Amino acid sequence: MDIRQVSGDDITRQILEFLSAATGGTALAEDQDYIAEGLVNSIQAVELVTRVEQRFGIEVEVSDLDLDNFRTAGRIADFVRRKRAAAAPDTRDG
Amino acid sequence: MDVASFVDSVRADVAGWDRAGGLPSAIVPTMATGGFLAADLPRRYGGADLGQRDLGEICASLGGVCSALRSLVTVQGMVAAALLRWGTGAQRAAWLPTLASGGNIAGFAATEEGAGSDLGAMSTTVQGHGDDVVVRGRKLWVSLGRLATVFLVFGRQDGLPVAVLVESDRPGVVVEPIADPLGLRAAQLANIRFEDVRVPAANLVAPAGFGLSHVAATAVDHGRHTVAWGCVGLAAACLEQAVQHTARRVQGGVRLADHQLVRAVLGRAYVATSGARQLCAHAARLREQRSPSATAETVVAKYAGAAAAASVSQDAVQLLGAAGCGPDNPVNRFFRDAKIMQIIEGSREVGELDIGEFALRTAGPDRTL
Repeated sequence: MDIRQVSGDDITRQILEFLSAATGGTALAEDQDYIAEGLVNSIQAVELVTRVEQRFGIEVEVSDLDLDNFRTAGRIADFVRRKRAAAAPDTRDG
Repeated sequence: MDVASFVDSVRADVAGWDRAGGLPSAIVPTMATGGFLAADLPRRYGGADLGQRDLGEICASLGGVCSALRSLVTVQGMVAAALLRWGTGAQRAAWLPTLASGGNIAGFAATEEGAGSDLGAMSTTVQGHGDDVVVRGRKLWVSLGRLATVFLVFGRQDGLPVAVLVESDRPGVVVEPIADPLGLRAAQLANIRFEDVRVPAANLVAPAGFGLSHVAATAVDHGRHTVAWGCVGLAAACLEQAVQHTARRVQGGVRLADHQLVRAVLGRAYVATSGARQLCAHAARLREQRSPSATAETVVAKYAGAAAAASVSQDAVQLLGAAGCGPDNPVNRFFRDAKIMQIIEGSREVGELDIGEFALRTAGPDRTL
């Protein structure tokens, strides 16, 4: 499947699924601050970055490291959408 | 010089380094010229663009002769990996070529009196928000601490985990050598005190909040991989010593290797070494593919590598008998170094918990991401 075909809702759902699995099956809410609650360890944090990069075809750079981009599943999904919008080829005329 | 020639050139000296508790200073430029330092960096940063498997084989070769040499490659690679991944363009351009050339020797300053496996408990502070920040704290068990020219230090800024580069010649950096440790005796271990050390804010790596979960985690992940391969080399060297000894030594008219008890030990050591090597190769492949499982599988490889190093070195000492206990016998040194491998870059027990956690969630139904 072309990663660009993943819909916005799918992004949130897939991130929630990974975070829930990583946090021992916790049913996480889209706006739950899993970082402040200490629910992921550093191995999972690195894995989450790689998963997001691989799954959604983006690159997480140091300038993207803002807790506001990562502290909830919803914010990660927003971040992914912004990165993909910025990276998408401009198909408009002119 | 390729790594095999390099290893041959130092083989006669390494026992002396272990006794003296240090590496000769000329070893750094020699290893840099050989392309062994930060070798997996891209060429534009002075690296050799080496693949993870090739990097691993270098570490296995070094680990088979001297764990302190492998430790030098490990720490240099850890700090280079953290800067390559999370440094700014300016930081990468400024620091990475010096790590590849050996112009800077890196130290990884994370552990504290109250913060080992739980680095989140660290109390080192990084204060200030202007052009400079001030680092205050004491870090323990820093490999190459006496040789390092720059430390990647972890602390808290306004309570948030942060990483900062501190050059060793800045006023307030105090190096306290650790004499006579159990193993890794030539790795120039030191505790480092940072007494209100002022550094430019440009030395901060990644924003506050990401110091441990991203900067330290990337470094330690890289370190686990090179330690794992070093352990494989150490185990293989011990197996070779055990094979040579038991194939030649005759007691009561019987070759030692012709006793079933001895031969079974050799068989188990072969499986442990070979199995660890395959897990390392698997981790290296996943790392090259940038697989999300690479970090966890690297924990697996390091766990198996350290276990093989510990068990095979113990077997080798036993099979060599009194000879293996002698002052200059390599298995004596490997045995002491191997114990360290089950503690550094994540203890055996913490590794088991992490691997168990990975097993739990990868065997679960949610594998879409």
